[in-house]
Amino acid sequence: MRTAARETGSEKAMATVTGRPNKYLEAYGELIALRQERDPVWLRQLRENGWTRFHAKGFPTTHDEDWRFTNLAALAKTPFQRVTKGSVAVSAQEIEKFRVPGAACQLVFVNGHFAPELSELGNLPKGLEICSLERAIDCGMIGAAPEGCAPEGIEQHLGRYADVRRDVFTALNTALWEDGGYLRIRRGAVIEQPIHLLYVSAGAGAEIMTHPRTLIVAEPTSHAAVIEDYVSIGSEAAFSNAVTELVAGQDAVVSHFLVERENLAAFNVSTLRLEQARGANVASHSILLGGGLVRNNVHPVLGGEGAECLINGLFVGAGRQHLDNYMLVEHAQPQCSSRQFYNGILDGHARGVFHGRIIVHKDAQKTDAKQTNRNLLLSDDARIDTKPQLEIHADDVKCTHGATIGQIEEEQLFYLRSRGIDEVSARNTLLYAFAAECLDRMHEPAAREFAEGLIRERLNELTRNRQAAASAAAAEEEAQNWEEVG
Amino acid sequence: MALLEIEDLHASVGGHEILKGVNLTLNAGEVHSIMGPNGSGKSTLAAVLARRETYEVTRGRVLFDGKDLLEMKPEEAACEGVFLAFQYPVEIPGIGNAYFLRSALNAIRKHRGQEELDAMDFLPLYKERMKLLEMDDKLMNRSVNEGFSGGEKKRNEILQMAVLEPKLSILDETDSGLDIDALRIVAQGVNAMRSPERAFLVITHYQRLLNYITPDFVHVLVDGKIARSGGPELALELEEKGYGRAEVDAPEALPA
Repeated sequence: MRTAARETGSEKAMATVTGRPNKYLEAYGELIALRQERDPVWLRQLRENGWTRFHAKGFPTTHDEDWRFTNLAALAKTPFQRVTKGSVAVSAQEIEKFRVPGAACQLVFVNGHFAPELSELGNLPKGLEICSLERAIDCGMIGAAPEGCAPEGIEQHLGRYADVRRDVFTALNTALWEDGGYLRIRRGAVIEQPIHLLYVSAGAGAEIMTHPRTLIVAEPTSHAAVIEDYVSIGSEAAFSNAVTELVAGQDAVVSHFLVERENLAAFNVSTLRLEQARGANVASHSILLGGGLVRNNVHPVLGGEGAECLINGLFVGAGRQHLDNYMLVEHAQPQCSSRQFYNGILDGHARGVFHGRIIVHKDAQKTDAKQTNRNLLLSDDARIDTKPQLEIHADDVKCTHGATIGQIEEEQLFYLRSRGIDEVSARNTLLYAFAAECLDRMHEPAAREFAEGLIRERLNELTRNRQAAASAAAAEEEAQNWEEVG
Repeated sequence: MALLEIEDLHASVGGHEILKGVNLTLNAGEVHSIMGPNGSGKSTLAAVLARRETYEVTRGRVLFDGKDLLEMKPEEAACEGVFLAFQYPVEIPGIGNAYFLRSALNAIRKHRGQEELDAMDFLPLYKERMKLLEMDDKLMNRSVNEGFSGGEKKRNEILQMAVLEPKLSILDETDSGLDIDALRIVAQGVNAMRSPERAFLVITHYQRLLNYITPDFVHVLVDGKIARSGGPELALELEEKGYGRAEVDAPEALPA
């Protein structure tokens, strides 16, 4: 009953935030009802905290410093719906083209729900435990966890790092998540092939929302690579609001790949919260190629001495894509190093944002933090906003940052052409070389090859669109000339 | 038929006329040297022949192998057999030397209707030419010119020439900044390429390079025109006496 009373109160407040019937409240009500038997108390509390926070704050506006360059009006006013499990059928054939060659295993989620029939979990490498988070919770509750499912670690970690007070989207996810991946890499295990988590939006005519929640626990001295991959089937707008907590134990080595390749109507907010113990070495690679409005939050906390973090990214936008990267690197302990490298390529009216915030806490002496953001603007209407933000509370640290914005260099273009390479190929080659700086920082062959293929395809597409636009303009001009002659 | 025929060539950049009526004919098998003071238009001539778009041709005609060179894009000129060794070779991070050169060779081969070479076919040719230029194998997989010394960059230009085997090679002050050893190696590369089918246009400020690459003809470019032409002895004379009156007479020197 208490829940019902609160919901009524929320409805009023939320209606003023969005000015629309509140689908978020509706979804929360449905979920509470659906999960009340199965969520343990701590999880119910977590959801409630998330909902209270979201309800109190609503979506941020551009007056909020962290959202200065990204307008969420279009997202806020779209009435995205929660999708019930199994309401849209996706065939194995439709998924086939999204698979990562050489992956150790694959978890597939359709509209936020685990699809076991599309997933590949046979022959799991030794030391890897993987299942859907919902299943893990449910198994834990009934005390009958199947092999490969280790729910006892969940309570200890879930929601402990991604703070609902810091970010409204994290709050919304914490309230509304239904499923996601749960991965545990056992102490000392070396998982050589990447683990693929595929999130499919298939609206089938409706504007849908999903809030995938993933927990990755890499125990001390383990080694693994995880690919989280967002795709669409169909052209409807979908809103994906994902939160992943990745806990890297002492001396663990983990690579995380985010691949955004949804349709151009998609809204995608992804938050990766990394918690690193002593000596843990984590790499976050973000490859943003698709999506209409994308916000990529990466938030590592270097919480043990000697931890190392690489934050590597490439964003490629065209048309009216808006790709926002928000990095928050927290140095909490001494002797840690962080490296941020983000490259952006923007064409058409695309807009990119790179916000690189580094916080060095008082005790984090001998911090070595570096940040570089390089951008190529291919058209006059493309735009990038890049903003470094350093907050240093220790006195013995090394922090550097730099950003560049430029065009394709005519000198380089002429050099290639003077050797016989045609203009289109030469441009493509230079774009690819710029993008390849990010590829060179990826050290897992299968994941790297996968990323390379996607990037090549996207850059070719950019070039093809550019040529099509040029020939359309030429045709129009010719038509005009004929009119004048006529 | 001459390989290259330049007639009354005028070219300007940013409204400044730099070439003011150049006439020059090269036959296959010949090596011509163009000398002249700074700002006389030597590099402009090279850039126009390589079809650099920043230079506007305002008058004149250039035939290459009987075809109108001025109608060609840079890549078309390259495919037809024109090669420019850059005075300042460009660094291209992220593109490997071997990959780049194979792409270039394949573009040219495709134009000629020849089969493209895969990496396995290309490698022996590349390595052999590297040996000729006394270049370290390690440079092969490095990015184009990135982090190369001045001498390595110039040798890399000649290496590209040796692989692409153009009909006309234009060397734009390839000798400037080279020590004697590098100069000898560069010259060795050029001399190995000399043949009855090929011609060279060697642009230089100094006579030094011509001790190693003996030209058939020497031309002096002053203020956008060829002021004098002669045999190899002209280079020696210029070395001794300087460009003399010609240089003094040259009006405001524009960067070439």
